[in-house]
Amino acid sequence: MLLRAAWRRAAVAVTAAPGPKPAAPTRGLRLRVGDHAPQSAVPADTAAAPEAGPVLRPLYMDVQATTPLDPRVLDAMLPYLINYYGNPHSRTHAYGWESEAAMERARQQVASLIGADPREIIFTSGATESNNIAIKELEAAIQPDTSLVSVMTVNNEIGVKQPIAEIGRICSSRKVYFHTDAAQAVGKIPLDVNDMKIDLMSISGHKIYGPKGVGAIYIRRRPRVRVEALQSGGGQERGMRSGTVPTPLVVGLGAACEVAQQEMEYDHKRISKLSERLIQNIMKSLPDVVMNGDPEHHYPGCINLSFAYVEGESLLMALKDVALSSGSACTSASLEPSYVLRAIGTDEDLAHSSIRFGIGRFTTEEEVDYTVEKCIQHVKRLREMSPLWEMVQDGIDLKSIKWTQH
Amino acid sequence: MAASSRAQVLDLYRAMLRESKRFSAYNYRTYAVRRIRDAFRENKNVKDPVEIQTLVNKAKRDLGIIRRQCPLSSGIKSHAQGLQQRQHAVGPGCAVWKGCGMEEPSPKIMGHLNL
Repeated sequence: MLLRAAWRRAAVAVTAAPGPKPAAPTRGLRLRVGDHAPQSAVPADTAAAPEAGPVLRPLYMDVQATTPLDPRVLDAMLPYLINYYGNPHSRTHAYGWESEAAMERARQQVASLIGADPREIIFTSGATESNNIAIKELEAAIQPDTSLVSVMTVNNEIGVKQPIAEIGRICSSRKVYFHTDAAQAVGKIPLDVNDMKIDLMSISGHKIYGPKGVGAIYIRRRPRVRVEALQSGGGQERGMRSGTVPTPLVVGLGAACEVAQQEMEYDHKRISKLSERLIQNIMKSLPDVVMNGDPEHHYPGCINLSFAYVEGESLLMALKDVALSSGSACTSASLEPSYVLRAIGTDEDLAHSSIRFGIGRFTTEEEVDYTVEKCIQHVKRLREMSPLWEMVQDGIDLKSIKWTQH
Repeated sequence: MAASSRAQVLDLYRAMLRESKRFSAYNYRTYAVRRIRDAFRENKNVKDPVEIQTLVNKAKRDLGIIRRQCPLSSGIKSHAQGLQQRQHAVGPGCAVWKGCGMEEPSPKIMGHLNL
């Protein structure tokens, strides 16, 4: 009781920062403007910087890359970042006990989302670490009749849903371990590790409106799946992942999982509607647009479109008011198009023109409409400038052209 | 504890919407307002008093969360997200939140609440 009151006082003190009082938020998408660079509530110097004029950040349409924290998640985490700072492995005092209780509650929340037992959840630093633990198991136990199948539940580039239940059934009948990286799927589509016969599953916090730097791995107990620890130390997490469990982060992950379980149906319905809207509106206004990925088995929140005769990077740069990503790895040093698009047989030229639109829990209809409008406008403009487009309009078949060598 | 009356539920609804409008982040604000409206609408025909009380208790907890989180998200200054003003005309969806927005819940929605 005293602790909670103290936390409330501390929270109020932290947020009561002196400085220019923000104007009342304006409505719709015409937002008020922050005139300072991001800073903490503790003022460094209180002199207000002179305003050049409104500076707005882009709309966020890249939820496959990462998601914002849900306010309910931050609310759950805060006490453990302020007053409840005990080490959950401390056995001898209340700080440790309350931290451990929070950790176990979070474990239950994660387990409940995927139909697992809490003893089967090990906290890690993210899905990447979980994937490494799962794969290492294969190296550790390599025998003629042991192998591992590892499949992404929902692809992060084109949003395709893999037939997990069927794969699980096949693996189980052949006595082969089945691992799935469910980072993009957990909390968005219903998953049950027993129905789908999953032996290992990777979970990522920051893909489901939870904090970054935390994840979990699900490791089946019945029949027992043996894994080898990646990092050794004090034997925490049943010896499978040593290191102090970061209570605030795992509480955030647990809260994110609980919120996801409650909101899954509502979010899915809404995201499907917005996804339909985006695709229909783009396709009815622009010719030669291809959606990558099987439309039947597709998660609606991840839309990958290829705009023929337009280069993906130039479209991304033109859409500077919207935070997007292209499906290809153009932004990296290599100019190779995405391996996913190549694997599904996309033509080279279409693979270079792909853009990934991400729709999430917080995406609004207005944001989708704005994105569609800008996308149509810029694709038309870029096509006007494109000699390839001109040739296509004149009826020339591009595949018949013999490009001269220099 | 007496079951929540229609008036109490309405008060709760109004309070939640009022607090939600204070989120400075566009995405949090729009989500909170939309979610609250849809949740109350979805449950408007619930008759069982125990279930109603459970829903009311959850709503009160969520109101607490909104109250705690609003000042946090506006205490941290950052550039706002959004669209360039000149490029976007306010669409029909935005008009609802002009001025004082949903201070008074629509009587049409509330008329259906049957407690």
